[in-house]
Amino acid sequence: MFRLAKYLKHYKIQSIFGPLFKLIEACFELAVPLIMADIIDTGIKNEDSSYILWRGGILVLLGILGLVCSLTAQYFAAKASVGFGTELRTALFKHINTLSYAEIDKLGSHTLVTRMTSDINQAQTGVNMVLRLFLRSPFIVLGSVIMAFTISVKLTLIFIIISPALAFVIYKIMSSTIPRYKKVQKTLDRTNLITSENLVGTRVIRAFSRQKDEQQEFEKNAEELKKMQIAAGKISAIMNPATYVIVNLAIAAILWFGGKSVNIGGITQGEVIALLNYMNQILLALLAVALLVTNITKMYACAGRINEVFDVQPSVSDEGNTTVSEIPDSPKVEFRDVSFAYSGSGEHVLENISFTADKGMTVGIIGGTGSGKTSVINLIPRFYDTSSGSVLVDGTDVKKYPFTQLRTKIGIVPQKAVLFKGTVRENMRWRDRNATDEQIMKALETAQADGFVKQKQGVLDFEILQQGKNLSGGQRQRLTIARALVGDPEILILDDSASALDLATDAALRKAIAEQTTDMTVFIVSQRISSIKNADRIVVLEDGRVAGIGTHKELFGSCDVYREICLSQLSEKEVAEHA
Amino acid sequence: MPDKKQIKQSSSKALKKLLGYAKPYRPLFVLSTVFALISVGCTLYAPILIGKGVDVIVGVDDVDFDRLIPVIAGLLILVAVTGICQWLMSICTNRITFGIVRDLRNEAFSKLERLPLSYIDSHSHGDIISRVITDVEQVSDGLLMGFAQLFTGVCTVLGTLVFMLTINVKITLVVVLITPLSLFVPRFVSKSTYKLFHKQSVARGELTGLVEEMTGEQKTVTAFCYGDEAQAKFDEANKALADVSVKAIFFSSLTNPTTRFVNGLVYTGVGIVGAFTAFSGGITVGQLSSFLTYANQYTKPFNEISGVITELQGALASAQRVFSLLEEPEESSDSGLKELSSFDGSVDVDDVSFSYVENKPLIEDFDLHVRKGQRTAIVGPTGCGKTTVINLLMRFYDVDSGKISVSGEDIRNVTRASLRSGYAMVLQETWLKTGTIRDNIAYGRPDASEQDIIAAAKAAYCHSFIKRLPLGYDTVISDSYATLSAGQKQLLCIARVMLCTPHMLILDEATSSIDTRTEILVQNAFAKLMQGRTSFIIAHRLSTIKEADNIIVMKDGHIVEQGDHRSLMQKGGFYCELYNSQFAQ
Repeated sequence: MFRLAKYLKHYKIQSIFGPLFKLIEACFELAVPLIMADIIDTGIKNEDSSYILWRGGILVLLGILGLVCSLTAQYFAAKASVGFGTELRTALFKHINTLSYAEIDKLGSHTLVTRMTSDINQAQTGVNMVLRLFLRSPFIVLGSVIMAFTISVKLTLIFIIISPALAFVIYKIMSSTIPRYKKVQKTLDRTNLITSENLVGTRVIRAFSRQKDEQQEFEKNAEELKKMQIAAGKISAIMNPATYVIVNLAIAAILWFGGKSVNIGGITQGEVIALLNYMNQILLALLAVALLVTNITKMYACAGRINEVFDVQPSVSDEGNTTVSEIPDSPKVEFRDVSFAYSGSGEHVLENISFTADKGMTVGIIGGTGSGKTSVINLIPRFYDTSSGSVLVDGTDVKKYPFTQLRTKIGIVPQKAVLFKGTVRENMRWRDRNATDEQIMKALETAQADGFVKQKQGVLDFEILQQGKNLSGGQRQRLTIARALVGDPEILILDDSASALDLATDAALRKAIAEQTTDMTVFIVSQRISSIKNADRIVVLEDGRVAGIGTHKELFGSCDVYREICLSQLSEKEVAEHA
Repeated sequence: MPDKKQIKQSSSKALKKLLGYAKPYRPLFVLSTVFALISVGCTLYAPILIGKGVDVIVGVDDVDFDRLIPVIAGLLILVAVTGICQWLMSICTNRITFGIVRDLRNEAFSKLERLPLSYIDSHSHGDIISRVITDVEQVSDGLLMGFAQLFTGVCTVLGTLVFMLTINVKITLVVVLITPLSLFVPRFVSKSTYKLFHKQSVARGELTGLVEEMTGEQKTVTAFCYGDEAQAKFDEANKALADVSVKAIFFSSLTNPTTRFVNGLVYTGVGIVGAFTAFSGGITVGQLSSFLTYANQYTKPFNEISGVITELQGALASAQRVFSLLEEPEESSDSGLKELSSFDGSVDVDDVSFSYVENKPLIEDFDLHVRKGQRTAIVGPTGCGKTTVINLLMRFYDVDSGKISVSGEDIRNVTRASLRSGYAMVLQETWLKTGTIRDNIAYGRPDASEQDIIAAAKAAYCHSFIKRLPLGYDTVISDSYATLSAGQKQLLCIARVMLCTPHMLILDEATSSIDTRTEILVQNAFAKLMQGRTSFIIAHRLSTIKEADNIIVMKDGHIVEQGDHRSLMQKGGFYCELYNSQFAQ
């Protein structure tokens, strides 16, 4: 947790003076019972009205000063904690941006989003709480005891016994409820899961007529949740009565022993009242501490999770790499005896892959699910590093390139069609920040997306919603293809990018790409034979190994795996017809 | 904008309904009220007792121990009673609260099972879930806990007033006069905070949206080297949030210091006026000390009450959302309908029209007659409404006009369960329940034997990969279980129907995620399953459709052609175009 304290460094003044002002306010507050004791002991006894008014004036003044101090402290705390949250968020966002695919796989993007949002918010609230209360509450407890001490050494003993007893009871109740509430949360999550599952699977559930069983399961869970909540509530409900009883026991003791002391001239009546007041203040302060402890526990857990992300270092880095110049007469992309394993699993997903792709060539990559197709193309923009062997672009190992130089050569269309909130134009400028409208329109045409974009209101100014929700799956996919084409990349990678397109559009798309982009080296990953059949070179993958390289005709004759795939999709006659 | 009167009306309606849910807990309610009254009374009487104690401690040799002892004894008893009553009251309210929450949730959930699919399809799942989970939670937190607080709060205020008046009217007036301040300050704070909080939540929503996009799709950001741009956008949103957050947090943290200040004023006022009154012997020092305690206690419920009222409003809004879900019209009831027990494999669609949205006709004059063992394929580009046909066959939706009959029975005249038991269905979107693989395969036949389950798994080619999982058939999987590939999940869904021996089969892109060679094997298994059974197939791959007895060609939600492969090819229409396009150069 303390590692994160560095994000407060720009707010040193606020972080130090905030709690300090709180302390001053607490001092004022501690003085109040003593002054009231004066009013009772001196003012009333002597019937001295100017004394009473004068003391009353002091009380009001203390109140105003306290308010000013406290407001300043609250402002400083707000300023410092928000500053902390903001800087932490910026730093974490920056850090996440340096991570490579391997780390994102490991952490999971959903986790990263939670860390960025709710965890940092919680940490921020925690810092705010700490700055406001961490010093104040213990100080009030301590201060009350000291004030009691100045009144009567003997009676302070009651305070010294009661304060730890109160603290202990509060601690005990909290330490036994926190794990219970965690369990409650887990059961609630499960209730959430069942509901969500039932909504998604409603067709299947109804098709099998299992509604009753699902309902029973839900009810069982709801009943369990209720029991847990009642059990946890039973314990936390002890808190208020228990502290009330303990404090009033102490008050009874103060009355008894205070009475004895007054009787022999030890303390005055007003001082007894002051002692009673201090007791009440201790109770309030300790309850605030309880709240604080809950928040600190939460904050501690959040800080741990945030630090976990900071601890992850990118496995792929371009540090120290300088601009690479093209080596003439080398193939555009070359795989040299490449083996690859995802970190964490020792198993190789790719083994001894070697092939080349020349400038302007279209390369098809085909194979069953899990054969390693996507892994192959992920190595070209260096999303992952190879375990052995090397991937070369323009004759140079990709590990020697600065990321920007390497990746601006490449236009990639990932499997999942992801678009971002903003206009079509903004989305189209991801690869080339300065693309003109003509360039964008051309790319849209090639991607078969110009038709529907032109029909949208505002055309290029059409606002795409988050995750492209206001577009169909096929439309999104075509836009992601266009996005990769903008600014004419040297290498285009289509990773199963036509899955949401019907066959006719898919065919038109391939035709347009072939015509429009003669210099472009195109990689097409697909399960569909029809998508890659006309490629200049086809790489057939089987369990992470190359099963064959060649054209459709060659492979159909020589490669068993390829022929099987063909026959599974086309009839024998069709294969022969179109071979 | 709905006017205030309307809002009030619907709020009080929601409140009434909620009270209906509280009915079974009436005894607990009574108990809880009794305990609350006792504990409030005791808490208020304690300062008086303490004051009496102080009064007998006057000065040197002037302490009346004979009167002090009963006061202390009384205090101890009072405190014990208060403690016990407070605890019992909490336990009662807990039981009421969580009981009502459970009842509401159960009812909301069972409602989900009875809602027509059109509701579930057209409403965001996140919204429905938040009604069942968060809103119900909000109702319990805000409304029920709030009521308890409001009740004790009001009792405390009134009780304090009464007790104070019995001691001294003049000082009570001082307290009452400063009271408006203690009402006004928190209200002012909460009003200005509300606006700022709203602004903050907008700014936070903006930032969260950005993070969800950029960090959620970090891979795309990396692939396009978009990190710097993303960071710039992020910094901007982050700064906007920081600006409004500082204000919102500062203003919201004003409540405590300002109420402490007002408290201090009341305290001082009581002290001064009390002291002057004491001159004239109007009150004793002990009574003054009771007053001082009251002065501290008196303002506290006011602060709480203003907080509780805000929460109550939120809770009522949540209650309304829950009730509006509960009041959605349900599917027509099945009760009284007969069971469809014998299937002859025939399905007749007569002159059916259907639309999801009124006045936007989708399917019109649709006729289809299928006999036992026939295979019907539905083809067309993505998004053309192929699944609509399945929605109608399975009676997930009802036709607008015309009728669908199975085995000669109008499907609206038989129970849904019996109709659906005649079909086995595999959908493109795989759905697995959180549970073991065994439970998932046996989902349609929970009483299936181990051998049957394994046989079904083998038929769907999943036995081998299941066996390789560390716990085999006992492996717990869920919808998001990462270890299984999309293809493997689809195979499990296929195994699930392999276990049933239905009369009719519906395959909606059932093999889209499976690689083509495994698919061939699965297709063979399907072929075996389909033998002698009526089947409906939706597929992208036209090669798998060619053999169908009847092909329905759809485009933009309409059925444009119908016939077998040969006749459609001869016709040279849309199907022919579609078929040829897959070989386009």
